[in-house]
Amino acid sequence: MTEEVKPKLKLAIYWGAACGGCCVSILDVHEKLFTVVGAADIVFWPIALDIKYKDVEEMEDAYIDVCLFNGAIRNSENEEIAHLLRKKTKIFVAYGSCAHLGGIPGLANFSSKEGIFKRAYHESESTVNQEHVEPQTETKVAEGTLNLPVFYEDVRKLDDVVDVDYYLPGCPPQTERLVEVFMAIVTGAELPPKGSVLGAHQKSQCDECKREKTENKLIKEFKRPFEIDDDGKTCFLEQGVICMGPATRGGCGVRCIEGNAPCRGCYGPSEGITDPGAKMMSALATMIDSNDPEEIKKIIEQIDDIAGTLYRFSLPSSYFRRKIMGNGLGHIRKEKIYQETPFY
Amino acid sequence: MSFQPKIVAFLCNWCSYTGADLAGTSRIKYAANVNIIRVMCSGRVEPTFVIKAFREGADGVLICGCHPGDCHYHEGNYKCLRRFHLLQKYIDQMGIDQKRFNLEWISASEGKQFAKLVDQFTQTITNLGPCSIKTTMDVLS
Repeated sequence: MTEEVKPKLKLAIYWGAACGGCCVSILDVHEKLFTVVGAADIVFWPIALDIKYKDVEEMEDAYIDVCLFNGAIRNSENEEIAHLLRKKTKIFVAYGSCAHLGGIPGLANFSSKEGIFKRAYHESESTVNQEHVEPQTETKVAEGTLNLPVFYEDVRKLDDVVDVDYYLPGCPPQTERLVEVFMAIVTGAELPPKGSVLGAHQKSQCDECKREKTENKLIKEFKRPFEIDDDGKTCFLEQGVICMGPATRGGCGVRCIEGNAPCRGCYGPSEGITDPGAKMMSALATMIDSNDPEEIKKIIEQIDDIAGTLYRFSLPSSYFRRKIMGNGLGHIRKEKIYQETPFY
Repeated sequence: MSFQPKIVAFLCNWCSYTGADLAGTSRIKYAANVNIIRVMCSGRVEPTFVIKAFREGADGVLICGCHPGDCHYHEGNYKCLRRFHLLQKYIDQMGIDQKRFNLEWISASEGKQFAKLVDQFTQTITNLGPCSIKTTMDVLS
């Protein structure tokens, strides 16, 4: 009898520098969770199960069939567990925008470790820190030495530190897409080539967006979403609101636009594009309705934080991975720190 | 040896490249730091080209196109102008001095002006020193 029963898949889910939304998106399968649990044993999932890092270490190599890694690489803990899980996993999936492109935590690359610590531990309005305490990687107490992970100078995407088999984009990924991909793995369907983006289309958001688009995209003014009287039908770009649709991969079911909010670009660039922000600059440039340098400058002035808007989810994966700080070398990170100081 | 900047120049086929050619055939001497890439129109220069040039180690990027109103394709140079201002704002936010990126109009008869522009731009970049975006990125890969 045992011969006929297909062994259950072993599934691991982990979070790096993430908000937890990706883990919740997995719970969003609702009653399909039974289908998932029916087909797979969850062997590691810090948000839901009490399984320690030590237990993962004791697993054989390639013991886990599928690992969904969400979150970016912010500190040595993220990196260490990424290496560990990679070793123990057959199919390693970057799950969600942060693992795929760097995501929202990646916006920290506009600053440095020093800048972030200064703001978070000294300057922020709600902070009282008269002793100037900052997190240390090593603290000596009566019982011995306590360790904390090393906070890196900048945020990296997952495939900067380990080999990734597939990418599931989104902030968070559409749960329906996850179930589709998961079932494909369970049923043993032929998987796409390594390095593919799963659960999304090749074409851009505009391809499936139902808003009315005309040839006339010329605008004299860039506006914030609250500044327009949206009729729910006209293309956001034609109304002067920056919508990342043209430079973003479709597949999410245009959820934001259906909810009358412009696309922010969490699904990342369409197939074959490295730098979504650069593509978006191209698109925006064709829309500005002026040939006069001074007027053009004035119109562009209306875009606050152009880099943050166009690279909201993709800064660590863009050509300019981070802002140059001082001499440009301030961010040098000591390689392999994570091996020297285990923190657990 | 003193610092010799690397400059990438995108010249449009119809005006600026011919202008640069004229500088050559007229035997006008100008700084050899500029690496010319011929494109069909300044409007062909995608923001990606400029970003990648900096990323691969250019200390300065120059785009030259036809004078406003003279574009072979009617409005390619205007598109370039708008991209230029968007890119200026972006590179500034990423910590690259805006002076490292320039857009100028050079017609087919302006060989002298082209030589002068290259000399001036090379001087500006030499004064600014090397662009550190490449070193910033290299540490990673």
